[in-house]
Amino acid sequence: MIDFKLPSLGADMDEGTLLEWLVQPGDEVKRGQVVAIVDTSKTAVDVEIWQAGKVHELIVRPGEKIPVGSVLATLLEPGESVPPTRQAPVVQTIKTEARRRVSPAARKEAETLGVDISLLAGTGPDAAVTLEDVRRAATVKPPVQAPVVASTASAAIDRNAEMRKAIGAAMSRSKREIPHYYLSETIPLRQAGAWLAEQNARRPVTTRLLMAVLQLKAVALATRKFPEMNGFWQDGGFKPAPAAHLGVAIALRQGGLLAPAIHNVAEKTLDQLMSDLTDLVKRVRAGTLRSSEMSDPTLTVTNLGEQGVDAVFGVIYPPQVALVGFGKVRERPWTEAGEVHAIPLVVASLAADHRVSDGHRGALFLAEIHELLQHPERL
Amino acid sequence: MKTSYREALRAALREALQDDPRVFLMGEDVGRYGGSYAVSKGFLEEFGPERIRDAPLSELGFVGAGIGAALGGMRPIVEVMTVNFSLLALDQIVNTASALRHMSGGQFSVPLVIRMASGAGRQLAAQHSHSLECWYAHIPGIKVLAPATVEDARGMLAPALADPDPVIIFEHAQLYNLEGESNHVAPVDISAARVRRTGSDVSLITYGGSLPKALQAAELLAGMGIDAEVVDLRVLRPLDSQSIVASVRKTHRAVVVDEGWRSGSLAAEVMARIVEQAFFDLDAPPARVCSEEVPMPYARHLEEAALPQAAKIVAAARAVMGK
Repeated sequence: MIDFKLPSLGADMDEGTLLEWLVQPGDEVKRGQVVAIVDTSKTAVDVEIWQAGKVHELIVRPGEKIPVGSVLATLLEPGESVPPTRQAPVVQTIKTEARRRVSPAARKEAETLGVDISLLAGTGPDAAVTLEDVRRAATVKPPVQAPVVASTASAAIDRNAEMRKAIGAAMSRSKREIPHYYLSETIPLRQAGAWLAEQNARRPVTTRLLMAVLQLKAVALATRKFPEMNGFWQDGGFKPAPAAHLGVAIALRQGGLLAPAIHNVAEKTLDQLMSDLTDLVKRVRAGTLRSSEMSDPTLTVTNLGEQGVDAVFGVIYPPQVALVGFGKVRERPWTEAGEVHAIPLVVASLAADHRVSDGHRGALFLAEIHELLQHPERL
Repeated sequence: MKTSYREALRAALREALQDDPRVFLMGEDVGRYGGSYAVSKGFLEEFGPERIRDAPLSELGFVGAGIGAALGGMRPIVEVMTVNFSLLALDQIVNTASALRHMSGGQFSVPLVIRMASGAGRQLAAQHSHSLECWYAHIPGIKVLAPATVEDARGMLAPALADPDPVIIFEHAQLYNLEGESNHVAPVDISAARVRRTGSDVSLITYGGSLPKALQAAELLAGMGIDAEVVDLRVLRPLDSQSIVASVRKTHRAVVVDEGWRSGSLAAEVMARIVEQAFFDLDAPPARVCSEEVPMPYARHLEEAALPQAAKIVAAARAVMGK
């Protein structure tokens, strides 16, 4: 029997609401198949399953809110038959709303400290909320009166409030736990700009490339020489990621942002990346992201050029260990061999985790991105 | 001074026999054989057959004789070879010794001390190995002690003899060779539990032969970053709820280790009190490590598997920590 559990779709998620099942008991599922849609505080996500099998029982019903790690459904492994004891009355089992496990001590403490238990993920036995969970939550955020509104009219407002809260929790954790250091480097984009103009002149509008794609590819390639920028800080140590799945920060129209992953950026062609990026932006706004895109980013890239800022010094999204930012590409004076030229420049910045890397390596990493962007044809 | 649990018991007995002419020792093989666990070796020669009395194989008879002697003004110490055999004397203990003060309207008391060996671990199979302390701890009107350290082995006898009511002392058979410090100066109390190791994450509450295992488990847990407190109950009746609750209030988690069978065990009683008196301090459901509910097997590997062990205690403690 396989337990299909609600995955964590990012450091800022500790629970989700099941919106819809896309499978029924008896259905065969394949690895990577989208089987359910779950609403996180940020967006609706298509949740994939990573084990093949046959759906046995759907345990959580649409509309139920469950903590990360809860069993959503059980599946039979290939070749496994239905265990006799569980076969009986699957039809009419009345499922009571799963009661949140909260230790008595945690409940009492939450009352004292004014912490809303319903917002906490439990780390105790059977995912129970423990005293420590409550105390940790109390130090993270001031006791907020959680809006317990269920009416559909205020759903949008709730979503914004929830998202603010989720971003707040993740960023507070980041600033609390990660010793950030920041570096920036101005990168000339004369060659890249010219190459891009030449390429795009030959292309129909729909397949034109953006500078952002060159930047993504350059960052991904640079991580090959600087693996300490790409991976996770977990269990008190750094775990480098085997591939660069770049989280692309995408602002949402209603406010807030998401940073889902484009997978294996270093291995993809610019054309592929462009279509991936277009697709991702479209799906972020339509709310049809896949769970792997939410949970996989190994390094985030943020581009605030459109908004016109020169540089962005970002906050690392835990458990990642670095964030690369790009500002607006502007034509500016640039001196070369004693002559002043007007050429497009961009400020690339790095926020990195000092537990994993030092400024020296960070500077070389930015220099590598600089160098890679001087040869757009090789990207 | 370093000494063994057995030597500490001997020293306590000798002191009692020397200090009070009303004290005598009676039981199977306590005289000529020197005691099944060699606790009274040489005492027959030292104190004579009037005071070191070999009894026939009749627990009902000689425990009853002990009760009679106590009523008559003596201070008898009756040794029962193992707790399994004491069941033959249950009638004397439950219906007579523990009840006489009540039945006589306070006119009679029974200042009797009964020592018995309990527990497994020596491949003595299902008629010599059980841990039935709980059955005695159920009886009002008596005190039940479980010395688990050399200090308690040395110090508990004197206050037991001074007590006007029956006191049963359980000596776990695995402890006789235990070495430890005994700086005996004054009798120890026979009313309170004691913290044998302080810790902040989880309380391991135990008694008797399981104390060394709990201490060993606490060391292993320390290596995993779990700071365990070990509470030695010492007195099984009346239970010192206050100490138990104080420890759980501090650590918020409890694992009770008891060599008795799980159902209706002392561990069950301890857990009930924790839930009654410290419910809102609990951060995880209390857990138990007890003996498997089977007659004690003879084969060594099966006997080991049936008993609480340090590894089982570690696993239980980690589970209540959610680790």
